[in-house]
Amino acid sequence: MNAIEQAMQYWYPIGMLGDLQRSETRKTRLLGMDIELKTEQSGLISVFHQKKPWNTKSAYGHIWTSPSKMPKPLFDVPEAGDHERRFVPCGSVRVRCSPLRAVENFLDVAHFPFVHTDILGAEPHTEVEPYSVNIDETKDEVIATKVKFYQPQAAKSASDGIVTDYVYRVPSPMNALLYKTCPNRDDVQDVIAIFVQPLDEETCDVWPWMALYDDQSTMAEMIEFQQLIFLQDRSVLENQIPIKLPLDPKMEIPTRADLTSVAYRRWLKKHGAIYGAMVSSTDDAWVAAQ
Amino acid sequence: MNFTLYDYAMSGNCYKIRLFASILDVEYERIAVEFYPAAEHKSYKMLQLSRAGTLPILKSGDMILSETSAMLFWMAQKFDSFENWWPAKRGADLNALILQWMDFSSQLSKTVGRARLNALFQTPVDLDKAIEGARRALRQIESHLTEQSFDDKKFLVSDKPTIADIACFPYVALSPDVGANLGLEHDGYPAIQSWLYSIKSLDGFIPMPGIYPMHDLKADETDFAGNRPATGKVG
Repeated sequence: MNAIEQAMQYWYPIGMLGDLQRSETRKTRLLGMDIELKTEQSGLISVFHQKKPWNTKSAYGHIWTSPSKMPKPLFDVPEAGDHERRFVPCGSVRVRCSPLRAVENFLDVAHFPFVHTDILGAEPHTEVEPYSVNIDETKDEVIATKVKFYQPQAAKSASDGIVTDYVYRVPSPMNALLYKTCPNRDDVQDVIAIFVQPLDEETCDVWPWMALYDDQSTMAEMIEFQQLIFLQDRSVLENQIPIKLPLDPKMEIPTRADLTSVAYRRWLKKHGAIYGAMVSSTDDAWVAAQ
Repeated sequence: MNFTLYDYAMSGNCYKIRLFASILDVEYERIAVEFYPAAEHKSYKMLQLSRAGTLPILKSGDMILSETSAMLFWMAQKFDSFENWWPAKRGADLNALILQWMDFSSQLSKTVGRARLNALFQTPVDLDKAIEGARRALRQIESHLTEQSFDDKKFLVSDKPTIADIACFPYVALSPDVGANLGLEHDGYPAIQSWLYSIKSLDGFIPMPGIYPMHDLKADETDFAGNRPATGKVG
C-alpha cells in the first residue's frame, strides 16, 4: 500500500455543519483530489469526486468524507454526547505545511511560552516536566498523559494563571485531541481538537473544535480565543523546513520534551501513514534543505 | 468607560485601535465579534449599529465610527493632551502628510489585508491583483522610509511617531502572513524592518497574532487579545 492508498482509508473533515447553505455546491480538495460538497434544498449532503459519490457523515460539528468504500471507523469522542458542554467549531484556517506537521505542533507543549506568550505559557516557566506516552493497543491511538504546564491564561474563561494538566490523544494520523484542566471546574476536563483536512502533502485546512464547560464567554469570545492561538501557531508552521514531516530520527534530533512527537512519528511509520512525511534522510528534499 | 470597541483579535484594522489605546493608556470596553466563520459583523444586529458592515466599530456616547483613520484622529484629539500623535500646531505641511499616509493605509488594507484574509480563511479576492498591489505598496513605503532615514527621521512623517504610523503599521507588519515566496516577506525591505522595530519599541506596544513583540521588550501584563490591564489613568 502506498502513501495515498494508506491515507484514503480514513475520514476527513471538509466543512462545518452550521456553515452550509441549502442548494449550494462548494469546491474543495482532499489528498490532491478536487471534490464537490453539495447541499440539497432538502438539507441532504453529498460529496463527489469526478462525479462519483464518496461516503459522507456528520460528526463533531463537521462534515466528514472518505475516498474509500470501506473506510476505517471514525474515532469516538464520548464527550461529544455530553450536553452540559458547549460545542465550538471554529471554522478552518489554511496553512502551508504538511498535515502531519500541524498535528505534531498541536501535541507540543514546549513552544507555549515562546509562541503563545502570556496565554498558554510564560517565561521563566519553560520547563516541560517528565510525562508518559503510550500506544493504546486496543484503540490503536497515541496517548500522552501526566503532562503539566504553567499557563497564565489557559482558556477564555481563566482569570488567573494555573498549572494545567493535559492528556493528548492521536486517534488517526491527521486528527488529535487534548483534554485539559477546566479553569472553572476541577471535576471535569475541557476537550480541544484539531481535525485536519489535507489538501495535498504540503497544504492543509485545519478545523479546530472544542467541547467546553464555560457558561460565561460568548461564542464569539471562545472562537476568537482558539483562532488567536492557532494563528500564532500558523506563523511558525509555515516557516518549518522541510515542509513535510521527517520520520527518520536522524533528520531532526528530539529531546526529552518531544516524547509525544517521537511516539507519533514512530506510530505513523509503523502504519505506513507517510502522506505528508519524508521517510528517509536520503530524500532529495531533505538533502536540498541541508 | 471612554468608548466601546467592537473588535476581532485577528484583524489588523481592529489592532490599530487596540494598539493606539494601549500606547495612550486609555481604558475601553471590548466586545468580541465573530468575524469568521459566522460573519457576525454582517448580521442584522451589527448592521443596525454600523451600516458599513465592517470591523472595528468605535462607539462613544451617540457617536459611531467605522473608519479607523477617523478613530485614530478622534483618540489623538481626545486622549493625547501633549498633541504628539496629531501635532496640530506643527504646521499644515506636516498635518497634510499625516493625512496622506492615513489614506495610504487603506491601500494596505485593500491589498495586504485582503490577500491575508484569503490566505487564512479563503475569503474571495482577486489574489494576483491583491498580491501585486501589496508588493507595490511595500516598495513605496520602503523607498519613502529610506528617504526619511537620510533626514534622520525614523517614522513616516516626522522624527516622532504619529497616527499615520499606527495606521500603516499593522498590514505592513502582517504582509508575511500572506505566504512564503510572494515577495511579501520583510527580508528585502531593510527600511521597513527598522521602522517596524521602532514601532515595536514604543512604550505600550502590544502584539497580535502574526505580529510579535521584540525579545527584549517586556511582554508581560497583556491578556490574550493583547490588551494591557486597566490602570485607571485616562489621558
